[in-house]
Amino acid sequence: MTALVEARGLGWRHASRVDPALENISLRLERGEKVLLTGRSGAGKSTLLAALAGLLGDEEDGDQTGTLTIDGTVGMVLQDPDSQVIASRVGDDVAFGCENLRIPREEIWPRVRRALDLVGLDLPLDHPTRHLSGGQKQRLALAGVIAMGADLILLDEPTANLDPVGQREVVEAVTAVAAETDATLFVVEHRPQLWVPLMDRFLHLDEDGLHESTAAGLPAPPVLPAARGVAPGTPPLVSARDLQTIWGPPRTLDLPQGASTVITGPNGAGKSTLALTLAGLLDPVGGELTYAEELRQGLRKSPHAWSSRQLAQRVGYVFQDPEHQFVARTVAEEMAVSGGPQERIDELLHRLRLTHLAEANPFTLSGGEKRRLSVATALVNAPALLVLDEPTFGQDPTTFVELVGMVRELTDRGVTVASITHDELYAHALGDHLVEVR
Amino acid sequence: MTTTAARTRARSSWRVIDIIIASVLGVATGLIFWVWNSLGFAWTTAMDALTPGFGGLALGIWLLGGVIGGLVIRKPGAAIFVEVLAAAVSALLGNQWGIETLYHGIAQGIGAELVFAAFAYRRFTLPVAMLAGAGASVGNFLVSLFTSANIAKSLAFNSIYLTCGVISGVILAGLLGHWLVKALAGTGALDRFAAGRKRV
Amino acid sequence: MNLLAGINPVTRILALILLTTPLLLSVDIVSAAVALGFTLLAAPLCGVSWGRLLRRGWPILMAAPLAAVPMALYGRPEGETYLHFLLIHVTDNSLQLAAAIFVRVLAVGLPVVVLSADVDPTDLGDGLAQVLHLPARFVLGAVAATRLVSLFRDDLDSMRRARRARGIADQGRIRHFLTLAFGLLVLSLRRGTKLATAMEARGFNRVAEHGRTWARESTLSGRDGVVMSVCLVASVAAIGIAVAVGSFRFLGVA
Repeated sequence: MTALVEARGLGWRHASRVDPALENISLRLERGEKVLLTGRSGAGKSTLLAALAGLLGDEEDGDQTGTLTIDGTVGMVLQDPDSQVIASRVGDDVAFGCENLRIPREEIWPRVRRALDLVGLDLPLDHPTRHLSGGQKQRLALAGVIAMGADLILLDEPTANLDPVGQREVVEAVTAVAAETDATLFVVEHRPQLWVPLMDRFLHLDEDGLHESTAAGLPAPPVLPAARGVAPGTPPLVSARDLQTIWGPPRTLDLPQGASTVITGPNGAGKSTLALTLAGLLDPVGGELTYAEELRQGLRKSPHAWSSRQLAQRVGYVFQDPEHQFVARTVAEEMAVSGGPQERIDELLHRLRLTHLAEANPFTLSGGEKRRLSVATALVNAPALLVLDEPTFGQDPTTFVELVGMVRELTDRGVTVASITHDELYAHALGDHLVEVR
Repeated sequence: MTTTAARTRARSSWRVIDIIIASVLGVATGLIFWVWNSLGFAWTTAMDALTPGFGGLALGIWLLGGVIGGLVIRKPGAAIFVEVLAAAVSALLGNQWGIETLYHGIAQGIGAELVFAAFAYRRFTLPVAMLAGAGASVGNFLVSLFTSANIAKSLAFNSIYLTCGVISGVILAGLLGHWLVKALAGTGALDRFAAGRKRV
Repeated sequence: MNLLAGINPVTRILALILLTTPLLLSVDIVSAAVALGFTLLAAPLCGVSWGRLLRRGWPILMAAPLAAVPMALYGRPEGETYLHFLLIHVTDNSLQLAAAIFVRVLAVGLPVVVLSADVDPTDLGDGLAQVLHLPARFVLGAVAATRLVSLFRDDLDSMRRARRARGIADQGRIRHFLTLAFGLLVLSLRRGTKLATAMEARGFNRVAEHGRTWARESTLSGRDGVVMSVCLVASVAAIGIAVAVGSFRFLGVA
């Protein structure tokens, strides 16, 4: 019985990089195995998945060494829910893979229906894909892969960009798939705890290569010191009274100076809208928003009327998707965009371990590196207020701990920080002041 | 069973990324055409109404698709595909020329394509871009003889229209197109293309 | 009532071509008028009232006189001269051509309004690939890109905010608009790159060698044939009548 996947000495170097992303990887996967791959951010996990999926490109894109043999169909679910929606209607999206595999029309629609049922998407076939939540989009992609009858299902951090509800949905869907088909599963994840019950083999990828591991060998969730609470009498840096944003009821809240405020709440409650309004990026519809003098630094008008330059010097905003805020070609240029002093740029790059990537294109960085860069760019002007929207989305444990440490350091220095998060651990560690938005 | 050691591919065959990016360029250019329709149209017709053929000076924007397509994708058929797709999109969005838009797209795309072909799809410098713009405008001139019945207009009109068209093609399509591709390459959005990696 | 209900989207394009292309052979008022008359009569039967025709077709109504004027001023001079100034030469011929082109612009432009209503890109793509046998990969690429670019409306806001947050949004209106437009183009290209990967992850790269099947069937029915025939007959009749009446002018020069 031949193995489903056999890799020998596999290596890959991107055309635009000097160091290879993968070196001398040997791997054997049998049918029906359920494998979990962990590893530090940037270790090459996504590259390995791309190799297995046949997506590495040709010699225009890079150099491959070694051999890779796959005896079956491969389908992959990517990390970003939005970028793998192919069609505008649910049914058409799931059918896409089948069409490419030349499956006869009579067989396609039953497969589509079955796949959608298996992942728990009980939607009509002409439901617009635009209206799906993140978790639904991931399950849609999974349905597309199942409908293809993939022998090897690759999942590249499928829950990274999802809220807890979405994460559970995806894990349940994959569990159902594993039970009903005998496809081989190969999952890359930073949150391995969710997947442990399902997996029967554990691999770890680092600079030395690919190692077999066990469930016990999985990195435990990080243990972080609890939040400090806010000293009574701390003046608020930002104060909102019956602030009416474009979404949701009027809200009253304070952001205490020098403390870390954590904003939580269910999906759709309007957390991002609130954060954008507090940061001066979105005009409020009514109510009062007051900035303390430490934040205003001499400006009189309301923050929404400030020029963007004035705003950037006082408030830093880290968006949920780092890519939305990248505007330059290299990391160095990206840092220089807002015109901060070079020493500060160098210091930030050093603290965030990005110095070696100064000439790289921000879009080719790993998820963790992109997140660090997005935080770095927001800190360039030494703002008094830093707002972060879901900063831990898609982060591996190391970056997570780093981020928490960094935020704590910032509050120690007197910077006021406000974060929107779903992550309980983050809220536990940084929730000096908790605001719940409904 | 697929075994991959190294993969080679004929330089002229299209990868999936080529098709998708060419399509995005086509649709985006079609949007630009559609917007320019209202502006450029006002100019063209005003100029055409008042002057013999100077309306051709606004032509260049409508020739961008083929030039950009050829410069980015660098494979046979790119100029035609992007220009025709752009024309189709702008026609579907609704403009005042209807089906003629499609014919223009085909003729203009072929005009640019012939220039890239003449250089064996190996040279993509600024002069080549400008020539492609000129080629596209010649395509436009030829098709307009029928669709706008320019053949029924005086020789003076047509000579001026052709000259203005070529100038516009060279500058608004060739020069601007080349610059635009350079700017896009600068963002790293074209990193999977030769246009995004090397200096031409 | 809508005679066009249920026809293949490809038929709309073919009908448009059949109805309007023959008209391009001649610049004369008779053929143009007959075709225009046909369109005006048929429009309400195809779900486009004259009011809607007017509302959606106003660019064409504006384009007609603006196309006629250059013809009047610079048409080939023949017959009696009414005005001669520098290169402007208004003559019998040029005026006749101007009137004809005026009607022709309407005759060629208005059918688009009738035929292009509510075309779904996916269905159109199916038709182009299955009925017209255009290359599948390119058609699918175009459909996917259309969907991708249409997302730009959601991106506009987040891009504006990101620029403001980074301190680079203080520019003049035009420069700001151009920067945003450029940014949207870049975003679409990046999305396209990711989408290409996603499509390959579902087997799209095999289509070049092996072809593909189609989940949604796109066929031509009797109604499609009828619509196309009627349009062809209309335009041929228009030309025919013009020839019979003697007003046919090949490309406006004969």
